[in-house]
Parts: sequence; structure tokens; C-alpha cells
Amino acid sequence: MTTLRLPDPDAATIGRRASIIEDIARLIGRDALIADEDGRRAFETDALTAYRRLPLFVVLPRSTEDVSKVLRYCYDNSLKVIPRGAGTSLCGGALPAEDAIVLCVSKMNRVLDIDFANRYARVESGITNLAISARAAAQGFFYAPDPSSQLACTLAGNLAMNSGGAHCLKYGVTTQNVLGVRMVLIDGTIVDIGGAYLDTSGFDLLSYVVGSEGQLGVITEATVRILKSAEGARPMLIGFATPEAAGACVSGIIAQGIVPVAIEYMDKPAIEVCEAYAAAGYPLDVEALLIVEVEGSDDEIGVLLNRIAAIASAYDPKTVVISSDSDQSARIWAGRKAAFGAVGRISDYYCMDGTIPLKQLPMVLARIGEICSGYGLKVANIFHAGDGNLHPLILYNANAADEAEKAEAAGADILKLCVEVGGCLTGEHGVGIEKRDLMSVQFSPVDLAVQMRIKSVFDPRWLLNPAKVFPLDASAAYIEQADAPPRAA
Amino acid sequence: MTDLVRPAAAWELQTVLGKFAAQKVPVEIVGHGALRNAGRPCNAGVVVSTASMRGVTLYEPTELVMSVRAGTPLFEIEAELASRGQMLPFEPIDIGPTTGAPAGGLSIGGVFATNFSGSRRVATGSARDHLLGIQGVNGRAELFKSGGRVMKNVTGLDVARGMTGSWGTLAVLTEVTFKVVPLPESMLTLVYRNLPDDLAIEALTTAMGTPYEVSGAVHLPKGAAVRMHHAKLKALDQSLTLLRLENFSASIAYRKDKLTEALKVFGTPLEFGVDDTWSIWSELRQLSVMPFSNSTSLWRISTIPTKAPEIVAAIKKFMPSEAFYDWSGGLVWLEVPAAADAGAADVRRAVAVRGGHATLIRATADVRANVDVFEPMKPEVERLTRGIKAAFDPLGILNPGRQYANI
Repeated sequence: MTTLRLPDPDAATIGRRASIIEDIARLIGRDALIADEDGRRAFETDALTAYRRLPLFVVLPRSTEDVSKVLRYCYDNSLKVIPRGAGTSLCGGALPAEDAIVLCVSKMNRVLDIDFANRYARVESGITNLAISARAAAQGFFYAPDPSSQLACTLAGNLAMNSGGAHCLKYGVTTQNVLGVRMVLIDGTIVDIGGAYLDTSGFDLLSYVVGSEGQLGVITEATVRILKSAEGARPMLIGFATPEAAGACVSGIIAQGIVPVAIEYMDKPAIEVCEAYAAAGYPLDVEALLIVEVEGSDDEIGVLLNRIAAIASAYDPKTVVISSDSDQSARIWAGRKAAFGAVGRISDYYCMDGTIPLKQLPMVLARIGEICSGYGLKVANIFHAGDGNLHPLILYNANAADEAEKAEAAGADILKLCVEVGGCLTGEHGVGIEKRDLMSVQFSPVDLAVQMRIKSVFDPRWLLNPAKVFPLDASAAYIEQADAPPRAA
Repeated sequence: MTDLVRPAAAWELQTVLGKFAAQKVPVEIVGHGALRNAGRPCNAGVVVSTASMRGVTLYEPTELVMSVRAGTPLFEIEAELASRGQMLPFEPIDIGPTTGAPAGGLSIGGVFATNFSGSRRVATGSARDHLLGIQGVNGRAELFKSGGRVMKNVTGLDVARGMTGSWGTLAVLTEVTFKVVPLPESMLTLVYRNLPDDLAIEALTTAMGTPYEVSGAVHLPKGAAVRMHHAKLKALDQSLTLLRLENFSASIAYRKDKLTEALKVFGTPLEFGVDDTWSIWSELRQLSVMPFSNSTSLWRISTIPTKAPEIVAAIKKFMPSEAFYDWSGGLVWLEVPAAADAGAADVRRAVAVRGGHATLIRATADVRANVDVFEPMKPEVERLTRGIKAAFDPLGILNPGRQYANI
């Protein structure tokens, strides 16, 4: 999978590598740098592993002030910077470049303040997603966004990608759960945006920052909302003979005024693979399976799941299984959460992340099948049905000639289809390098210009996370403008 | 008399703004005028109104999504949603009545331009949180879009949400798309009486720290409580601390018991059913306890809940004032005597020491022109704010001075 164009590295910068290392070592200490080739190799890619680039070197700051010193140096010396958390991006958001440093915040991972009365936690951005909830759990609280990689991924990466998760139907994604950030701009300026309050004054700068994929600055601290955990949660399984019936059932549940905490959809190939892997108890004689979860007390859960079962009965379900205990609930979720790993055991796969209006689901699934078979490839589909976020896993053989390129082409066709039916290119993974060149499918030149001008406000020299998010032909003019010498301090 | 232009479609608006941009003529942007008595007065000879751009363009109840033209009145949208058993999740505040404008005049564009969300925000999020997409025309007369109509969308920078809170100074919204939710099957209000402010906030934050999904957490000190229109509550003649539960009926019965138990030390609450709950929270949305008056000014203070009583007490040392605590204390509407600076110096000092930000909502136009209406910015935030303004509106023709002098 190497069809995406990446800019040629700047030979002069690479030539200055030794002196740049010395300069930055003087600023924040030699032990904060990884410069040897073996060490750098660990940072050469992220979770989009088809693309690899060895970075100039890696910087592991310990404080906001370290980040400020490093970025100021980069600004003054026109050095490009790849911000990085745990490197779990599925879209190449943390892919290095040979002429850029990687600035990895993973050593900044402390909880600075946790306030249960006011329901917020202030943390350093290198903390993992799950570590926030773990710290809050002592008082029965949690941090709501729950991306599948939550054990490993950092809050910094979640903020950069505006990460979601299976439970965001009820709790929202990252942008609804962060109140403020401390961010370092490319010229070293430290800026506090938002706070611990439920709204901000003036322009909503936080909205531009969350989901900006490392284009605007480096977030070093954040204040996030923590919420009291529900008394309990329990899922049910509903299997259908057709995707139409499953989609209609989801609409039926919501039309009856019930918004479950999660509604997950799996198609037959996904069901089979997950069941073989996790023995979750999924029915194998259905074309579509819904996992519907509700929260509350045991009695409340019972009432709601029975109501949902009654609604589902109108759509001719083949299977209805209400989880009866925590073991069964854990197995039901283990199957779904292991989906990517389970598919990965049987094949290489390429995971897509488009979003579509729910009512288009049957048509979109049929077209995805046609697109993939047109390339001679198979596909398994997992879908956050409540919010329309679709994850087709395109199966291919990385060792077979041109199959990777075919998977990439099929993925692009699927994302174009998502936009065509009223959806978008990416629901939670981000644009990165992967969908960069597809941005023109979703956005007009003016829409893109509006975004790129904001990039220029925060990063006037276009040094942060280069060659990502914005199509290269669209951003060329902005980068050219930015190539003026740095302004005097 | 200023000129009034009422484009009926996005392309008309684009044409109009193109002409004004070419002549560098500053324009004031309004919907139906509900916000004209708030914010800094805008110094523009031309008014462009979105009032003729109205109507629902997309409503998919089973996908919980609605798109409407920006000039559509809020009450029309809420009526349409109610007809399908749904509602806006963020209970927008109508500041019309408290600023001397008629109630119900707010347009949906104004809702998102101000992001003034009501009591339910503490549980389910703000207007900004539920915004999915926008279309608008910026000061360069470019028609652009951001976001879309699907719930989950991280494609490119989140320009749509970046429009919220900008008071029409970046772009004129032509259409907005947002998430809606089902109306609750049932609702209930618990009212605790006679709690001093600090204990009341402790009760409210305790309630928000339970798993019972309290969807409104308000405290009215006696001075504000006696202004309620709701006859029974008014007649109590004491401070009132209100909690709202919304859910299916069996759940409410259960949660009421659990919540009452958790808050036992704060006394035995009165209970109000669906009809009373509806009318109580409807009048709070219109700030009934902070009625329009020429002899007072009104501030809106955002802080962390446990600091709110301290802020109010600190301000009371300098001037008589009445408070209405919402969001379990995270939002305070504070009425102070009218004065040349509307009490800005004391209010801002009290807030600055304890954390938060304050916005002057009601004062005469002279006062709003001469004091900072919005929280003064730190230099690094101001630099970004000016940069964003220039990116959208380099000539400064949209609502100049509406938020900050010279921006």
C-alpha cells in the first residue's frame, strides 16, 4: 500500500541532523532524545503500518516548557514536527517524515487534579485513555469516550482525532467530553484554551483544536469531564435474515423514544470470524446481528431490554438473546471488541471508517460487497448503527502482487460512496495521510480554503504534521506563502 | 434609520455580502432581532437579517437529525419536533424577555451563534455539542459548509462548532444541522427548601455525582425564588433547590427514591409531576426570575460549581445582587444594580480570583459599548482570535465590535 504521494525529504535538513540533535539536547537534555537507528525504528510508523518513514530523531519532552523550547527552535529553524501520542492512528496521522522530528508526549502522563464534586480531571496529554477512567473508578466515575485502542492510545491522540468509541451514541465523542486544553503553538507560545467550565467565552477555539490532527499545535494538558458510571449495563443480541430488517429495527427502536447506550451491527462474515475467535454465542444463521446495550439498575435494564425485544419482534428477528448475567455480557462484548484482532488472524485487512445516514445502510452494504468483489476481495462489515459509523474491513493478502493496492482502491471507492449518500469520509479515525487526497470529494475548494486559513493562523509556516489532512495540490499555495523567512522575535 | 436587507436564500445572501465587501461596508447581522439588546452594540449602517431564510430542510426522526434554515424561529422548530415526540437536547435559553425583547423571537441561527444552552446542558451537553453541520457565508462572501448530517464526523477541521459563540462575527449561518432526542416519557421535579447557597450547591453537585441522570440542577435563593411565575413555588417564599428527572415512568419512581435517599441530609423534597415540571423549567428557560428592568443589569457567569457561591458572596460585599444558579452552580445569572460600568470591575475581580468567565447580558447600550461585555482575553488567546477573525472576515465587515471593540 504505497500509492499515496509523500513529499521528498529536504536533504539540507537531513544534512544538518547532527547539529540539530546537539541544539535540542542543549535545550531539554540529551536523555529526552532518541537518535539511534534502532530506537527511531520503533517510531517509523503507526497503526497504518503499510507506510513507514524513519524520523530525523525522536524527542520525548517531560513538560510543557520542554515542548515550548523545542517548538520555538523548530519555528526558528524551519524544522518540521510530527506530534505523536502512542502511535495507534489508523490513518497515518503519526506517520513520520525523514526530515522531521517526532515529538512524542507519552512521558507526560500524570493526573494533575481530579475533582469529583465538579466532575473534571486535569491530566497531562500523554496519559492513556483507560488510565483516566482507572483513576476515576475509585469514586465510581469514568471518562466516557472509549475507542477500541483505549488501553494503549493517549488522550493527546484522542484529542487530535476527536476519537469516539462504541458508547458515544449516549455520551458523545472527545469534543463533547473535553473542557479545556493547554497547548503549545509552533512559535513556543503556551496558550490555555477553555478551562474547567461547561462553556467558553468568545470564539470556540477548542472546537478548532479538537480533531485538528496535530495541525494546529501540541496539546500538553487537558481538562476532561468525568461522569458517574451507570449502576449497570447489559446487552442483548438480535439477529436478522436481512440487513434491511436490522436497519429498520434500529430505526424502530429510536422511533419509540429509546436511545440505547450502544447499537452495534455486524454482517455475516464479521459474525463468523468473531464467533470462531471469541465464542461469544453469536447466531451463525443470520445475515445481520445487532448488539444493543442499555444502562441503569437491574430492573431498569430489564424493562428496557424487554421493550426493545418487543419492538424487534415487528421486524421478524431470527434470534433474540437478552444477556442474563455479567459473564454472558462480557462474552457478547468480547466478540465485538475482538473483531479487528479476529479478522487479523485470518487475513490482512484494511479498515475503513466512513459514516452514512442509517437508512442508506442496506444499499451501502450491497454496494460495498459489489465494490470489493469487483477487486476480487472479500469484506466484513462492522457498524456503529446508532450513529451511522461504518467499518468495512477489506480482506487482502499483503504478500500477493498488487492486492494491497486493490484494497486501497476499494477503500477509496467505499469512502466516495459514503460521501455520495450524504455521509462523510471518516467518523472517528481521522484523515491523516490515508484520506488526504479524498478530502476534495467531500469538500469544495472554498470549504478547504476556510480550513487551511485556520491552519495558517495557528501554524503560519506549515511545520506541524506536514503532508497530512489537506490535499497536497490544495495546500501548496499556503505552504509557498509560508516559506517566507521567520519573523523577528 | 438603518437599511434592512432580508435575503431569502443563501445565494442571495452571498450576493449581498459580496457587494458590501466590495465597498467595505460593515453590516450588522440579525435573525428576528431577539439578541439586539445583548452583546456589544454593533456600529453598522446596514442590517442583514436571516429572517426570510426559514424552514426545515431535512428531518429524519429515526436518525435523530434535523436541518433548518438559520432564520427559522426556535418555537417553530420545537413545535415540529414535539409533533414527532422529540425535542432539542440543549433547551436553549431565550434571553429576549430579560433584555426587553419579546419572548419567542430567537432564531435557530442565534441559538448557535450565542451557544446559550439551558438547564439540560449540565447532563446532555450544549447547543455546540449537538451541532453537526453548518452552511454559511463568510466576510469574503464565500459560501462554505462544514460538518454534515451524520452523528460522527471527524473529516477535516471542526469549523462548524467553531462558529458557535462567535455572534455572527465570522460568518452568517444560512443552514444548521443538529442532533435531536426523544421527548422523555415522564418527568419529575424535586424541590428542596430553605438551603443557603453553599449547601444548595453541595446538594446539586452531590446529585450530579449519582448515576440517576439528573437533567436539571438549579438553585434559586429566596430573592429569585419569589419571582417565579409558578404559583405554588412562589408562595413558598423561601429559597428553592430544584432537581429534574426525565425517563420512563418506572425508572423515575425508582430514581426518585434513590436520589432522595442520597440527599437525605438536605431535607425532604416536594415533588412535582409532569405538568408542573414542564411549566417550571419552561419559565426558567426564559429567565423569568431575572425579569427585564432598567434599574438592574444582568451578568452570566460560567465557573466551576463549588466556586459559584463564593463568587456571588464576594460580589455581594460590594453591591446588592440576586443570583440564579444553573448547571449545579456551573452557571450563575447575576442581577446587579444598574451602574456606569454595570459592576464590571467587582464582578470581573470576583470571577478572576476563583476561575471562570463573565458576560454582561443586560445593560443600556451605552454601558455595553463602554465596558467589556465578554471576558477580556489573554494576549495569546486574543492573537488567535484576531487571526481567526481575519481568516473569515479580513475586511471586518461582519458585526464589527459585536463581541470585542476593534474585532
